[in-house]
Amino acid sequence: MNYIFDGSYCGYLSCVFEAFERKEFDVIPTTQQLMVANIFSEKREIPSCSMKALRIATGMEKIIGRHNAKLFYHNFLADNSLEWTNGFRLIVELFKSQHLDMQNYGRPDLLRLHQSIKKISRERHRMKAFIRFVKSYNNLYTAIVEPDFNVIPLVIDFFKNRFADQQWLIYDIRRNYGFYYNGRTVQEVSHIHGQDIQDPYCIEVDLDPKEKEFQHLWKTYFKSTTIESRKNLKLHLRHVPKRYWKYLVEKI
Amino acid sequence: MFGFDEKLRILADAAKYDVSCSSSGGKRKNNGGVGDASASGICHTYTEDGRCVSLLKILMTNYCIYDCSFCVSRRSNDVQRAAFSVKEVVDLTMNFYRRNYIEGLFLSSGIFKSADYTMERLMLVVKKLRTEERFNGYIHLKAIPGASESLLKEAGLYVDRMSVNLEIPTEEGLKLVAPEKDHKSVREPLAIVQNEILNVQQHKKIVKKAPLFVPAGQSTQMVIGATPETDLQIMQTANEFYKDYQLKRVYYSGYIPINATDSSLPQIGTTPPLIRENRLYQTDWLLRFYGFSLNEILNNKHQQLELDIDPKLAWALRNPQFFPIDINSADYSWIIRIPGIGRQSANKIVQARKYGKLKEFQLRKLGIAFNRAKYFMICQDSIVSTGFHYPEQIKKSILEYNPRPKLINSQTQLTLFS
Repeated sequence: MNYIFDGSYCGYLSCVFEAFERKEFDVIPTTQQLMVANIFSEKREIPSCSMKALRIATGMEKIIGRHNAKLFYHNFLADNSLEWTNGFRLIVELFKSQHLDMQNYGRPDLLRLHQSIKKISRERHRMKAFIRFVKSYNNLYTAIVEPDFNVIPLVIDFFKNRFADQQWLIYDIRRNYGFYYNGRTVQEVSHIHGQDIQDPYCIEVDLDPKEKEFQHLWKTYFKSTTIESRKNLKLHLRHVPKRYWKYLVEKI
Repeated sequence: MFGFDEKLRILADAAKYDVSCSSSGGKRKNNGGVGDASASGICHTYTEDGRCVSLLKILMTNYCIYDCSFCVSRRSNDVQRAAFSVKEVVDLTMNFYRRNYIEGLFLSSGIFKSADYTMERLMLVVKKLRTEERFNGYIHLKAIPGASESLLKEAGLYVDRMSVNLEIPTEEGLKLVAPEKDHKSVREPLAIVQNEILNVQQHKKIVKKAPLFVPAGQSTQMVIGATPETDLQIMQTANEFYKDYQLKRVYYSGYIPINATDSSLPQIGTTPPLIRENRLYQTDWLLRFYGFSLNEILNNKHQQLELDIDPKLAWALRNPQFFPIDINSADYSWIIRIPGIGRQSANKIVQARKYGKLKEFQLRKLGIAFNRAKYFMICQDSIVSTGFHYPEQIKKSILEYNPRPKLINSQTQLTLFS
């Protein structure tokens, strides 16, 4: 049985609630876009319901604690039906047996959960490192990214604390939403002006007059801090995979 | 603008031989300005040689009154010279930081006029960043040997990490390449800062709001392969400095030939000893995080590290009497001694075995280097040993399974003080 939800964590937890309500546990949670069409598989649309989601979330916290409950949220950000299903089965088990040994790495499904979380944590860390702001004439710092997983929500607090006195916008172009900070509060934004957002490195007008100069200086620095006789491109590529180059000043 | 670009090129190029780029251990919180430390440190990009770029690493100037033959900025070397003004460094740092290019600043300098004069200029930069720009990012500052105690102490209030480079691991070696310098001048600033760190810690116990003083600690760096020290001598020095000054890190930097005139140094064109450098770092980690003592890894009978296998595997092969280790009953401190199992996997094993004895198929999935570890451990379903494995045999099969991509030809060992 495919459960179609709206792609939010709230919707995901609503699926768990519905599964217990209908006693349907052999469920694959997925979204309209991700669902693999199959004429034999049944599907059910699950509306997001914050009341139901909240009941599931507090229930989980009660049994395994806040820290462990958060792991399921991180796993959810994998944006992938297989990981969602793995997490879903574990949550179902958790409620059925009122218990789950989260550290039991000997179990393949729990190990998989931890490995998935590890991948997400790595991507989150990469976002802290690889996000590059471009300053425009009105003092707005803009960054565009395309992370593998939906990790931007996990780094917003980090950027808010760090760049507390500047206005910034971090936009996930793959998922078409982002976060804007006005110097006091962060708000979620999506579908800016109802059109595609531009590549910030292509914009020529509206830039801060010194922007191009600092981009150039950064490239100069990057080049001259390399030690030629130690060159190791294999290692370089492992640390900075090519898919991130598009948005890195020093690599474009 | 072109002039400034050229300046940055020269002064970044001269600073790149300092390998330290860590930005971890910072504790500064943002209080209304810009910047917030990340305790784990962040590498914002990596150079084409695979090294992390976390900090803007530059020299204030590459003019220098000293003539150390291993150093690219030595006074007799014919290179372009340049100097930044205080304001230029501050502007560059702030603009790079605000665009999220860097975690902070790594500032060093050639010695011009005198130690105090140089130190004062460095101090002005960090003071301005902290007080005028309200910058809370990471700052790593080189302490200049010979600078006065009061200057070092004042700088310590603004920076996160301070370091003084030992450069050459032994006093005798240093005399060969830098007759004007000695180890004493390195120990002095390290000791001054270390004392003040302890003072502030004492203070903290009484007053909660004591000011931060070099919160990320001190570090040092040694050049490897410029002079003929053995690995044992290098690690003895490192060990001593870790103990005496409670250093956070000792860095080992494979010497990159940059001097055509001094014939006692490796000639230009020789490849830097990259594998050896790597083995020294592995040893450093074994000593600090794996509970090994130096004597176990290097001693008078065994003065050099193997280049073809890592030091933990080498130790295990020399000590077959401790193996195999039963991963279902052994203590954590023994599990991390198994070649191919690191601290994270060891932790997972200790957690997981609470819920049932671990079998081979489970360990294979846990993320350990199974093909190395299998000779040294037993799981619940391991077949009872088929007899004694000779260490040479194990080494051979491990290397066969995982052949080294042509060992980078490390330079031949120089003879000791010939």
